Amino acid sequence: MKLQFSEADEQFRAEIAQWLKENLTGEFEKIRFRGGPGDEHMFSAERHQWEKTLAAGGWTCIGWPKEHGGRDATIEQQVIFHEEYARAGGPGRMGHIGEGLAGPTFIVYGNDEQKQKYLPGILNGTELWCQGYSEPSAGSDLANVKTKAVLDNATGKWKISGQKVWTSLAHESDWCFVVARTDPQSVRHKGLGFFLVKMEQPGVQVQPIEQLTGTSEFNEVFFDEAVAEDILGEPGEGWGIAMALLGFERGVSTLGQQMLFQNELDVIIKVAKSNGAAHDPILRQRIAEAHTGLRLMRYNAMRMLSDSSSGELDKSALVYKLHWASWHRNLGKLAMDVLGPESEICEGAPYQLTRLQSMYLFTRSDTIYGGTNQVQRNIIAERGLGMPREAKG
Amino acid sequence: MDFALTEEQEMIRESAEGFLADVSSSEAIRSAMASESGFDAALWERVCSEMYWQAIHIPEAYGGMGLGYVELAVLLEQMGKTLFCSPFISTVCLGANALLVAGTESQKQNYLSKIAEGSLTATLAYTGVSGRWDANAVEAVYEQAADGSVTINGALRYVPDGHTADLLVVAARKAGSSGEQGIALFLLAADSSGVERRWLPTMDQTRKQAEINLSHVAIAADDVMLDAGDAWNKLATVIQLAQVSIAAEQMGGAQQTLDMAVEYTQEREQFGRTIASYQAIKHKAADMMLKAEVSRSAVYYAACVAQEALDQQGDKSLAADLPQAASMAKAYCSDTFFYNAGNAIQLFGGVGFTWEYDCHLYFKRAKSTETFLGNGSYHRELIAQQLLDQEA
Repeated sequence: MKLQFSEADEQFRAEIAQWLKENLTGEFEKIRFRGGPGDEHMFSAERHQWEKTLAAGGWTCIGWPKEHGGRDATIEQQVIFHEEYARAGGPGRMGHIGEGLAGPTFIVYGNDEQKQKYLPGILNGTELWCQGYSEPSAGSDLANVKTKAVLDNATGKWKISGQKVWTSLAHESDWCFVVARTDPQSVRHKGLGFFLVKMEQPGVQVQPIEQLTGTSEFNEVFFDEAVAEDILGEPGEGWGIAMALLGFERGVSTLGQQMLFQNELDVIIKVAKSNGAAHDPILRQRIAEAHTGLRLMRYNAMRMLSDSSSGELDKSALVYKLHWASWHRNLGKLAMDVLGPESEICEGAPYQLTRLQSMYLFTRSDTIYGGTNQVQRNIIAERGLGMPREAKG
Repeated sequence: MDFALTEEQEMIRESAEGFLADVSSSEAIRSAMASESGFDAALWERVCSEMYWQAIHIPEAYGGMGLGYVELAVLLEQMGKTLFCSPFISTVCLGANALLVAGTESQKQNYLSKIAEGSLTATLAYTGVSGRWDANAVEAVYEQAADGSVTINGALRYVPDGHTADLLVVAARKAGSSGEQGIALFLLAADSSGVERRWLPTMDQTRKQAEINLSHVAIAADDVMLDAGDAWNKLATVIQLAQVSIAAEQMGGAQQTLDMAVEYTQEREQFGRTIASYQAIKHKAADMMLKAEVSRSAVYYAACVAQEALDQQGDKSLAADLPQAASMAKAYCSDTFFYNAGNAIQLFGGVGFTWEYDCHLYFKRAKSTETFLGNGSYHRELIAQQLLDQEA
């Protein structure tokens, strides 16, 4: 058991920290600490430009194999990258879906032609991807896909019709990977295909969803005989690929996410010290509890990542989502309670929220997206404790 | 960075698990519970001669195995799982730690080697009748004569195994001093003249406590420990190390109560199906597992920090985190063990309320260990002081 990083890793840390210090300046100064969850709608043009700068420095896709343009970075180095990125105030990534989800999937499941066609755009930060999984009737129940794919025999291309929802960055993206039903007779996870669809075409329409924050980071995407450029794998293999994709992330960015949480907690502590909330015995308890929860989240993540070589997911990984999501939602409430009456006052009209208000409201989604807390508890009980599976309808 | 148990640590865990499954059965626990000493002396002798657990983190220079605090935590987790009744916590996690932190070289040579060979049990007595856990807990008073000899007077309470331990590490303060000032630690043979010990029957019968009255007890100059008169920092470190130990045991208990509850709910049928198939049950169990897993992370981190703090050549910045690491672990694991043990009774239903089933033994252990050395609120306040009361 060893908590410290190696000397080589610390050197890597110094290298990325230095690069960020030199490059996250000038035109990018205003997007430092911006564009994260709850703020993803902000500064898209500048953030897209930043993606290209990051790529030019060789800091996109560092975990990818060298032969595909990555650095073959170890888990430790990826963790360090995300930590330093967050520490420096690196803006919310726009290329993360391509880099962390789509790219690794193409590397494993794509043919040579597909790899050559799609990987460079992700690597260079020029082409952005979004994810077409959820549907109005397929939320936590992801397999309930209704979107259809029909093979057009004249062109040899698949045509997609249906609706996806909760698609972040859809209006900014060049491409979408879409799970659609290739076999109309099939049910659930059988008979699905994994399609790569160009967003700019007549058959694709993007409609922003107005959230309870008054802002829009998520979208509805409507497909009406939209042409799929490619299918990854074979028809019928879509579910397996879709699930493998979700497994690629492996939590290396979680320590970076925790840095953002730490920034939020630091702000709350500063407010508490200045407005007297720091003298309230109950709030003192809650602040200490939040601080403890975040520090322990870090050690959970380190256990989870230390175990990543063994193939079998550690139990700490099973509880991870439920833990951070619940913790963050509590932090949102703590922020408002520390602020007291000031928590109600907005930055401006008509509905310009402060960062903490926005965080407070946005954290209500943390315990819903990516598997609700209730679904997480089912997964923990079934996979972690071997309790009986839920009956599926 | 590698935050997982090594192969050797896994082996220690497995051997402890196997041994305890054998010797720390429900029957064995109940028999130990019913005795005034609280443990089976023959079994303790076996532990000392066959397993060498008592020597695990004592340096080889003093006849110990020279392993670290993580290895110690691995053992404690297993002991906590089986509610092992023994003088291990008092002797190793209080007595030996006090000697390691505050003992002079000759005190270490003399006493640590005896603990390591299994011929001496020990405990720490610092809390007076006020029942506090901070520096103001120290109420006994000492006076030092010109020749260096010391006389102590006072009452000490809530002392783990205080009625059976051979060696007492006693904290006392200079007359008129208060708070962190004027504190000293002394070694005192339990059979010394002026020492009166009384067993206090406890709600958690698996962990025995005593009250110790000291009346004009004479301490030889050789038995005065380091930094006498200014020993709060040393005592605080001993207490923090002990908090990490208790947290490790609690984590084991939290895991065990979860495992017991899951196993039971998979057998118990109501309304034509196992109760484990109901989401109300599954979700409760999932919450228990989350807390047990986070507790595990808290304990192993704190154990790594404790190791650095005990090691003279240890990483200074990690070692400096001991107060907070110990408080985080003790707060989180105390709350978790209580939560899991309480829920275990609920999930067992009616039989969980009986004397026959073991649920109540864990529930009671959860409360006694939660209280001992400060509960969750106490430790969160310590953390809050670190976060909020430093100048802005």
